Amino acid sequence: MEEKIMNQWMKELGPNSDVVVSSRVRLARNVSDLSFTHHASNEELKQVGSKVEQLLEEDDHFQLELIGIDSLSEFERKMLVEKHLISPEHTQTNKHKAVALSEDETISLMVNEEDHLRVQVLLPGLQIEEAWSVADRLDNHIEDQIDIAFAEEYGYLTACPTNVGTGLRVSIMVHLPALNMVNRVEKLMSAISQLGLAVRGLYGEGTETVGNLYQISNQVTLGHSEEEIRENLLEVTQQIIEQEKNARKLLLQEQEVSVKNKVYRAHGILTHAYSISIEEAMELISNVRLGIDLGIIKRIEPTILNQLMVMIRPATLQLTKGQKLSIEEREIYRAELIKELLD
Amino acid sequence: MLCQECQEKEASVHVTKIINNKKQELYFCKECAQATGELKFGSDFSFNNLLTGLLNSKPHSHHQINLSSKQLRCSNCDLSYQEFSHNGRLGCSQCYDYFGDKINKILRRIHSSNRHTGKIPKRIGENVRVKRKINNLKEEMGQAVAKEEFERAAVLRDEIKELEDRLDNRG
Repeated sequence: MEEKIMNQWMKELGPNSDVVVSSRVRLARNVSDLSFTHHASNEELKQVGSKVEQLLEEDDHFQLELIGIDSLSEFERKMLVEKHLISPEHTQTNKHKAVALSEDETISLMVNEEDHLRVQVLLPGLQIEEAWSVADRLDNHIEDQIDIAFAEEYGYLTACPTNVGTGLRVSIMVHLPALNMVNRVEKLMSAISQLGLAVRGLYGEGTETVGNLYQISNQVTLGHSEEEIRENLLEVTQQIIEQEKNARKLLLQEQEVSVKNKVYRAHGILTHAYSISIEEAMELISNVRLGIDLGIIKRIEPTILNQLMVMIRPATLQLTKGQKLSIEEREIYRAELIKELLD
Repeated sequence: MLCQECQEKEASVHVTKIINNKKQELYFCKECAQATGELKFGSDFSFNNLLTGLLNSKPHSHHQINLSSKQLRCSNCDLSYQEFSHNGRLGCSQCYDYFGDKINKILRRIHSSNRHTGKIPKRIGENVRVKRKINNLKEEMGQAVAKEEFERAAVLRDEIKELEDRLDNRG
């Protein structure tokens, strides 16, 4: 696997990118007549793998490259997690796990994850419909070649009953620095969770929020159509965008000095630190990003911050450097990298 | 203490393993504990925990159902209901049939619904699609009758008949 670091959501800004970092659509599918991954025999898992291999060989539209997880180094596997291309659970090497990626890494097809197949499309900014349409087309292509477990009553059958039905999880990653500064995030989040949506930290379930980044996704997959699920999330997202923008305006009006101070100090530390931890870096990157979006800082491209978010993480950092680093060395190299990119 | 896996974050998960009388102490941050699989956050905390809680909660009155559920097993993949309620994962697509009513209840609790209304796969779902169309037409016909639009109802009836014949022919 070539070690390219950037992919599309890191390089480009999508619509509403001042608040929405990325949009993701995921579909859970299983091959009919084979046991679900965790309960399957080695032979069955192999069969899933070869079905996908055949599928991809005959396809010239999506052009996905199939990579066996066991063919990757530990760092390479972790980098895929840091880039949100595979789940943390998908880094195990013993279960015929694989991932198929498109050239720009917007599409990833996980093989033998919790479900046999997990289609994921990840796009920059607010592009739920666009991501859905790609995922839907790939899903049709898969269904055309492989018999998928589906029942009239329950829809697409999945290993965990929380995914059954549409198997669809739509999620958006939002950057909410202003709402956090005016202490309104918690309230907002509890309102959101009452609408059948889940709020999580940057790296999914069980992870903490860093750098004012939140992931919001639908919880319910059965009983609503794919369209209803998308619309629901889209509506909520639009309200979040509006609230965050209002909070930003309010901050500029009422606390201009303190906001500017925060932004410039963050920029100052990021461009002058000799060594920096990931948590501190994420907080400061968030402040600088706010500064760019408010027009306080003008000569930095906002995409740089999307890139930094992934590049400063441990595995990606060490892959970029090309060697294993101690924690101290990592913090020094992280500071160097940030300086370089912000200059 | 720092996480021994990434040596980056504060360790917040402490695992003590005793295997063959050999004790091993492990310290991880949340993310690494999840990634290494030493502690399945997914299944021990958060959402899954909630789910297995739901699975294990006993129905109020039906004592008999509880007794038999211990022996309930999927005949296709041999997963027992007990295993399912322990880890929250079904063994194969047929578990949905073999665990019938119980699954139905669980789905209603999780999703407030037990009926898929979304996408139907083109190739293997043709019959399902036709059936769904028939149901929709029947509903429409009912409404037409209620509004005393009998001509429209008759048209709908014929359409339903045609679709039903198509299903029968296909078997």
